Amino acid sequence: MTAASLSPTAARAGALSHLDRLEAEALFIMREVAATCERPVMLYSIGKDSSVMLHLAMKAFYPAKPPFPLLHVDTTWKFREMIAFRDQRAKELGLELLIHTNPEGLAQGVNPITHGATVHTDIMKTQALKQALDKYKFDAAFGGARRDEEKSRAKERIFSFRNAQHRWDPKNQRPEVWSLFNTRLAKGESLRVFPLSNWTERDIWQYIARENIPIPSLYFAAERPVVVRDGALIMVDDERLPLNPGETPQMKRVRFRTLGCYPLTGAIESDADTLETVIEETLRAAVSERQGRAIDHDQSASMEKKKQEGYF
Amino acid sequence: MAADSADAPRDMRADSALLRFITCGSVDDGKSTLIGRLLYDSKLIFDDQMAALESDSKKVGTQGGALDFALLVDGLAAEREQGITIDVAYRFFNTEKRAFIVADTPGHEQYTRNMITGASTADLAIILIDARKGVLTQTRRHSYLVSLIGMRHVVLAVNKMDLVGFDEATFTNIVNDYRAFAGRIGLTDITAIPISGLMGDNITTKSANTPWHRGPTLIEHLETVEVDSERLTRAPFRMAVQWVNRPDQSFRGFAGRIAAGAVKPGDRVRVSPSGRETTIARIVTQDGDLDAAHAGQSVTLTFADEIDCSRGDVIAEALQPLESSDQFEATIVWMDDAALLPGRQYVLKCAAKTVLASVSEPKHKINVNSLEQLAARTLELNEIGVCTLALDQPIAFAPYTENPELGGFILIDRATNATVAAGMLHFALRRAQNIHWQALEIDRTARARALGQRPAVVWFTGLSGSGKSTIANLVEKQLHALGRHTILLDGDNIRHGLNRDLGFTDADRVENIRRVAEVAKLMTDAGLIVLVSFISPFKAERDLARARVPEGEFIEVFIDTPLAVAEQRDVKGLYKKARSGQLKNFTGVDSPYEPPDAPELRIDTTAVDAEAAAKIIVERLVGDYVPNWDI
Repeated sequence: MTAASLSPTAARAGALSHLDRLEAEALFIMREVAATCERPVMLYSIGKDSSVMLHLAMKAFYPAKPPFPLLHVDTTWKFREMIAFRDQRAKELGLELLIHTNPEGLAQGVNPITHGATVHTDIMKTQALKQALDKYKFDAAFGGARRDEEKSRAKERIFSFRNAQHRWDPKNQRPEVWSLFNTRLAKGESLRVFPLSNWTERDIWQYIARENIPIPSLYFAAERPVVVRDGALIMVDDERLPLNPGETPQMKRVRFRTLGCYPLTGAIESDADTLETVIEETLRAAVSERQGRAIDHDQSASMEKKKQEGYF
Repeated sequence: MAADSADAPRDMRADSALLRFITCGSVDDGKSTLIGRLLYDSKLIFDDQMAALESDSKKVGTQGGALDFALLVDGLAAEREQGITIDVAYRFFNTEKRAFIVADTPGHEQYTRNMITGASTADLAIILIDARKGVLTQTRRHSYLVSLIGMRHVVLAVNKMDLVGFDEATFTNIVNDYRAFAGRIGLTDITAIPISGLMGDNITTKSANTPWHRGPTLIEHLETVEVDSERLTRAPFRMAVQWVNRPDQSFRGFAGRIAAGAVKPGDRVRVSPSGRETTIARIVTQDGDLDAAHAGQSVTLTFADEIDCSRGDVIAEALQPLESSDQFEATIVWMDDAALLPGRQYVLKCAAKTVLASVSEPKHKINVNSLEQLAARTLELNEIGVCTLALDQPIAFAPYTENPELGGFILIDRATNATVAAGMLHFALRRAQNIHWQALEIDRTARARALGQRPAVVWFTGLSGSGKSTIANLVEKQLHALGRHTILLDGDNIRHGLNRDLGFTDADRVENIRRVAEVAKLMTDAGLIVLVSFISPFKAERDLARARVPEGEFIEVFIDTPLAVAEQRDVKGLYKKARSGQLKNFTGVDSPYEPPDAPELRIDTTAVDAEAAAKIIVERLVGDYVPNWDI
């Protein structure tokens, strides 16, 4: 893109393109939080959606820096490359990065392999997130969730009210009329704010391409050591993944559609090693991106339940 | 696999336009089925979602085991269990020509607020009608809301045509019926299409079953209908300031999303409501400065001069500035379980400005089925009425019909923080400008000096029988003995005179306190120390009374007596009556009492008696709040 943030065809027509409209909306949402909340924070989970969200935050407040820190809830089971990428991005952009790991979970050695996806996610993500928000007394937390990802997210407001226990009450959401967001809170209550609510997976990829946004190379196909677990291709990212007797990791050309804890994130076999080919493949995909995530399969209403318990 | 894999999914250019629309209809008109069909036909249902759909359709489907598209969009567990939609769901699909965001809004009467939410961000509405049922009460309700929210384009989708044998006469009758009603509410751009969401007729491809239909298919129409944003692009420039960007001393920018028109460096602008003028210096973005920016873009502007401008102000073209006012006529859609309390102050948010506003009794409410105007004293959940708003300060605005972003507002309850209403400003009332304040030469300071004391309002609040009046009486006696000029306003006495027309409903309680707050304020202007002894159960009204006098002159005294204790004392026998049902709306029994969060003084009557309490209060008053006038 050139200096003008209107795309050339849209500028001629005097109307904004759909990416321009989504970008303007996200900037509007972030500024509204900065202006009306006392202690905002941006949840940074290193994936493509977080990368887009971070890019938008840099735009929203330019030439100032975003007036809030980044927070990464680290389960200690992320891909090694994600951690390196995280630290590098925060440094390049000159932003404050807070990292929180659930100390009790760590002490108990909670992990996705012996405890399973559900327990691991609850203790190392949901509980850890609540701990961090309480510890720093954040009253608003940006998340990169999109409404096209999952059914209960499709019904969540952009400004999602949480009570003092971080719970979401889907049946009692604040009406969200026009662009008028009610950010008033009593003590202990908070907001989860989703500036990418109206973006689709396709929009994310097209925007990454348009804006040249850096993302971890795990999204691009490369030879990686993998094993097959419950039908999913799991990358052997470090020595903590126990191998079954006689099992040896095989080198396969794979990439990831979403990034999470490596033992819970299935890879897909792919040759797409450029942005263009990844987008091409995404547009032709036959399964949804969250399919690679073990946590969502448990039960049909699992996301709704987790959100009520305080998950993003 | 759901979609034919040999058939490439619809691609879309990154610069195509976006159309946001809502679907509305009654409970069984097939909204969810239609949306499921749109997603299915645009090949946006993935294999894993399809597998889940197939298994869910067999388990809980309503189509006898065949694919039940409604299950794709009913997101919450509670909805699937009850087979209904209870909240707005947003769905996304695209064709080669456009990206679409669909707000699926429930048809139930009690969820009007969700429909307003969905409609407020939409460019177009699809009104669904069941061909077997024709225009229903809810069709009229939804259409009225669509016109109220200012949507210009309506698609009348006559659904379930397969169940009436694709009969042209049935279709024509429904369309004629609908047009007759729609014309009365100002909906004129209506495109009628006969469809079957379940079977797919006239959704993406022209149906062989309706050779008599000469109009477009639904998708053809959605792809080509003109979006309204052009109208706003041609309007005069307006941008509400969201956030002032001040990274250091050298830069001061005003961030916001342009609500109307276009702006370029060198343009002369006026900041409202202050009225100061300046010139645009730069349009700053991270991608470099822009030569021009248009409606819908989020930008940061800088000025050529250092003029005052903050969040909530509106920057507008200097030659066509915005009007400012603190009194309005507005239409209000009430969205909370607790009814509107006329006279109570609510938080009003309009564009980026937040002020306090009190709402009058409705001039009328609207029966959305018959469009009749009815008399009303309040607005209940889902009721719509026309009211007068009085703000505590002027705001810059545009009439809603001219610009929804500068004329739409929400009301927020100050105690619960719930969003209780959405509204549309119609026009400013001139009353505020016409009744000028008389500048009085003898001011309140002069009067207070003549009495040799500082004025104050000492506000006693607490349950009936808590001992407020007894203590207030003793306080007045002691102040009088100290030579202070006082007046005691007692709830019971005032209700015999000034407020004898008021009862004990929540609305009347609000008005009761509003009047006594005004009287107390006038009496402090006269220099008096005003002792007010009222139950005053609601925080909002006590805060209103506090706001009427200068800071430091309002002393809230919470006479804290537990309900059980007050009830046991029951000096006037009122609790007994209330418990037996002879007395309605009695505070503490069947009407709430909201204790103060941070009163200046709190008296625990279980720990001290009335004499001791009065002594404590007088010492604090004389010591901290109303010392001898010695300036």
